Amino acid sequence: MARAVTPQRKLINTGLAWAIGLLIFFPILWTILTSFKTEAQAIASPPIFLGFDWTLENYGVVMERSDYGRFLMNSIIIAGGSTILGLIVAVPAAWSMAFVPSRRTKDILLWMLSTKMLPAVGVLYPIYLLFIQLGLLDSRAGLVVVMMLINLPIIVWMLYTYFREIPAEILEAARMDGATLKEEVLYILTPMAIPGIASTMLLNFILAWNEAFWTLNLTAVNAAPLTAFIASYSSPEGLFFAKLSAASTMAIAPILILGWFSQKQLVRGLTFGAVK
Amino acid sequence: MHLSNALRAATALSLIMVGAAQAETITIATVNNGDMIRMQGYTDDFTAKTGHEVEWVTLEENVLRQRVTTDITTKGGQFDIMTIGMYETPIWGANDWLVPLNDLSAEYDVDDILPAMRNGLSHDGTLYAAPFYGESSMVMYRTDLMEAAGLEMPTAPTWQFIREAAAAMDNPAEDINGVCLRGKAGWGEGGAFITVTGNSFGARWFDEDWNAQFDQPEWKAALDFYVSLMNDYGPEGYATNGFNENLSLFNQGKCGMWIDATVAASFVTGDDSTVADHVGFALAPNAEGVEKRANWLWAWALAIPAGTQKEAAAKEFIEWATSKDYIELVAAKEGWANVPPGARTSLYATPEYQEVPFAQMTLDSINAADPTNPTVKPVPYVGIQFVAIPEFAGMATEVSQEFSAAYAGQQTVDEALAKAQAITNEVMEAAGYR
Amino acid sequence: MATKASRSAARLMMGPAVILLLGWMLVPLIMTLWFSFRTYLPLRGGDQGWTGFDNYVRFVSSSAFWPAVQTTLVIVLGVLVITVCLGILLAILLDQPMWGQGIVRILVIAPFFVMPTVSALVWKNMFMDPVNGLFAHLWRFFGAEPVSWLSDAAMPSIIMIVSWQWLPFATLILLTAIQSLDSEQLEAAEMDGAPHLKRFFYIILPHLSRAITIVLLIQTIFLLAIFAEIFVTTGGAFGTRTLSYLIFQRVLESQNVGLGSAGGVYAIILANIVAIFLMRIVGKNLDN
Repeated sequence: MARAVTPQRKLINTGLAWAIGLLIFFPILWTILTSFKTEAQAIASPPIFLGFDWTLENYGVVMERSDYGRFLMNSIIIAGGSTILGLIVAVPAAWSMAFVPSRRTKDILLWMLSTKMLPAVGVLYPIYLLFIQLGLLDSRAGLVVVMMLINLPIIVWMLYTYFREIPAEILEAARMDGATLKEEVLYILTPMAIPGIASTMLLNFILAWNEAFWTLNLTAVNAAPLTAFIASYSSPEGLFFAKLSAASTMAIAPILILGWFSQKQLVRGLTFGAVK
Repeated sequence: MHLSNALRAATALSLIMVGAAQAETITIATVNNGDMIRMQGYTDDFTAKTGHEVEWVTLEENVLRQRVTTDITTKGGQFDIMTIGMYETPIWGANDWLVPLNDLSAEYDVDDILPAMRNGLSHDGTLYAAPFYGESSMVMYRTDLMEAAGLEMPTAPTWQFIREAAAAMDNPAEDINGVCLRGKAGWGEGGAFITVTGNSFGARWFDEDWNAQFDQPEWKAALDFYVSLMNDYGPEGYATNGFNENLSLFNQGKCGMWIDATVAASFVTGDDSTVADHVGFALAPNAEGVEKRANWLWAWALAIPAGTQKEAAAKEFIEWATSKDYIELVAAKEGWANVPPGARTSLYATPEYQEVPFAQMTLDSINAADPTNPTVKPVPYVGIQFVAIPEFAGMATEVSQEFSAAYAGQQTVDEALAKAQAITNEVMEAAGYR
Repeated sequence: MATKASRSAARLMMGPAVILLLGWMLVPLIMTLWFSFRTYLPLRGGDQGWTGFDNYVRFVSSSAFWPAVQTTLVIVLGVLVITVCLGILLAILLDQPMWGQGIVRILVIAPFFVMPTVSALVWKNMFMDPVNGLFAHLWRFFGAEPVSWLSDAAMPSIIMIVSWQWLPFATLILLTAIQSLDSEQLEAAEMDGAPHLKRFFYIILPHLSRAITIVLLIQTIFLLAIFAEIFVTTGGAFGTRTLSYLIFQRVLESQNVGLGSAGGVYAIILANIVAIFLMRIVGKNLDN
């Protein structure tokens, strides 16, 4: 689809795009670089870009101080669990909205989105009390459910818009051929919907991974994910830029890597029906 | 619920059968300050001595406060030990939310705790939290710069002298600020500092009838002095500087003086400091003719929330962490300058510790602080850099935000004081004090 | 079109999602409403009984209320304008033929993967610190006085941090939309000699309107609730106290759950006003 352009034009495009891309990426790059410096080099004036003595010391200190593996595991379980649970609930709902629309479908969708507008901090006490009653404090199960509920409106909407792109004629043709509802979903819809489902999963995973209010306030030890890990490095006595950078890098690296490998999927499905 | 009752009964039964020495895993919420991080490193020593395991929940100060307060007020039971301060302890103790620490062992020697700390962590004479370390505030200054300026720091300087010294040491060409002070919004940050500054100018938060006093001339004098001192000789952007930022500035050699927590003394004379060999100490200043100095009093202390199932193990931990033995353990491994200060009288009687340059000044500063009489005029409250009522944290944070806006030049001192007065009276009315 | 059977099947399939969300919305909402009519002070013995509309009156009459509403709207609007404008330009640029398109795209979307807490910490400490921050070094290098970003320019700083986080999202959606634009149509316009600006306003922009709507809607929902960025950087000082931050101060710092709950109710009302407003302006774009 690439349009033919003059080499000069392509060169200019390339230069400009790379410059902007690097500028946007720079804060992350700088954090990663700083994590390999000593504390003194991290605040050196003028700042050192690459010519410093690379050290893994900060990572060593962070690993020794906190059980990174457990935080990471909890993040994966909470983000992954809520994503899977969310899909189980959302796929049927989105399917029925897309293929059996009624007058109220759009209202229901907008209402679902509006549930996201309740400010989290306003309901901290009610939810905390509820969690005590249910014995869910500091449990992964509790957080999986909360994360699922928080992101459910977005998942339903994203899937709904994706499902709607699937031409109804195909379904009708299948029905004519005598396909049952089950067959219709299993053999026709699902394969066509996989790109949309994949990117929905990714977006949900990212949102759940980065959520920092409930994951911090409803956990202590057993369910504490990487957001709690960061909270133990965020403002120590003294400015430990290098250690903070190391902890930050460790908190964002897994999701960054996942995002990079799957960015094609994400781009393809992240349309919210914006493409016609 | 039935199940947990049955479990509790079973646990109780097994306790009786096995005896008290059952290994438990206790959960401790703590702040990510250097001394606590060090304590985590020595957890193995505790486990070896008692058999109990420890799970740490380490959080930065603001998140920790929010987390433990939510948990204690709702009786969430997430933690067996909480690290709290001198502000929370009497309030929580009064609500019976903490286990009284009145049956500590004889070898723990509870009478060895510094009287000021013990008073501040008690309610109605009962100790509710054991101090892990305690602090007051004092002047830390650069001896080399003072010498170059031809000045000598008295042991008990006045604010006027501080201004004089700041003027003499201030050197923008060399990137040296005369004085670095906290200006960051937050009741425990700039709020604490301006409150003790106020005390040292004769100001107070409330009169005896809980009327806000920000409309009084003492507050105006204090704030005017602070703002003009900092605008003339303070660092760029001081309105966002808290303890951390100032520590870093001082360690980088960018401050002539820094008035802050006494615990900072071990950092500015430690390995991370570029000026470690040139630091002197003096008592926090006062305005000429005002009896009270800008000395605050604070302790980070360990407390046991009422209702925990592991009270016995938690007490064992507290006895371990705040004991003389722990201090000796740290001294043996990392030197006397790094032991948690300000908690025990015996520490200051130890000959090795007396050689630490800041030891005596720290003790004198702590002894100069009197939480029951924080200011010259009488007040209805306890606490020096805070007022020990539940409403204080919220309103002092808002008040200090107004002050910080004045430091940043976004409003005048008079505007900030007027807003502070309104905010404070509004809160006190809502809480039914007036 | 749809049969009766498939209709009831559809209802059945929608059931779990609707019921769960209804629960998730109603349980906290009812609890918030309940608490908002009560004097609930956790540090003073908890729930102390009915208080009528006192909390509502007090919350609104506080001097902090209207500035907080204004701050909220300024942040939401500021971030929306920046991310949509830059997002369109960036999407057009990324759509052009170039070398290493995939890598550039990765670089551009990376901020979206960074936790808000981490991004706020990185910006605050390593870039905006007036002494050791990279900006301060840069300013000094050019002989300028370093700026105290988070006090002297607190709002622009926060808007910038949040925009950095959300620009990738806007760019991604807009880019997908642009890529679906019929290139023949564009080429035809190019042949006709239509100038760049004209092409942009008459072909590209109308084509993007639906994608822009989506970006506005989704970002607004998330932006109304931003919290970590303010908590980490200014703590609500220097005019950066949003409505949700004000509620945080009432509930957690002042430990007044009743008052904070009343604030929560106001926040829901504000969010819905914004949502309705948004729907009116852009809602048509959502219809097919």
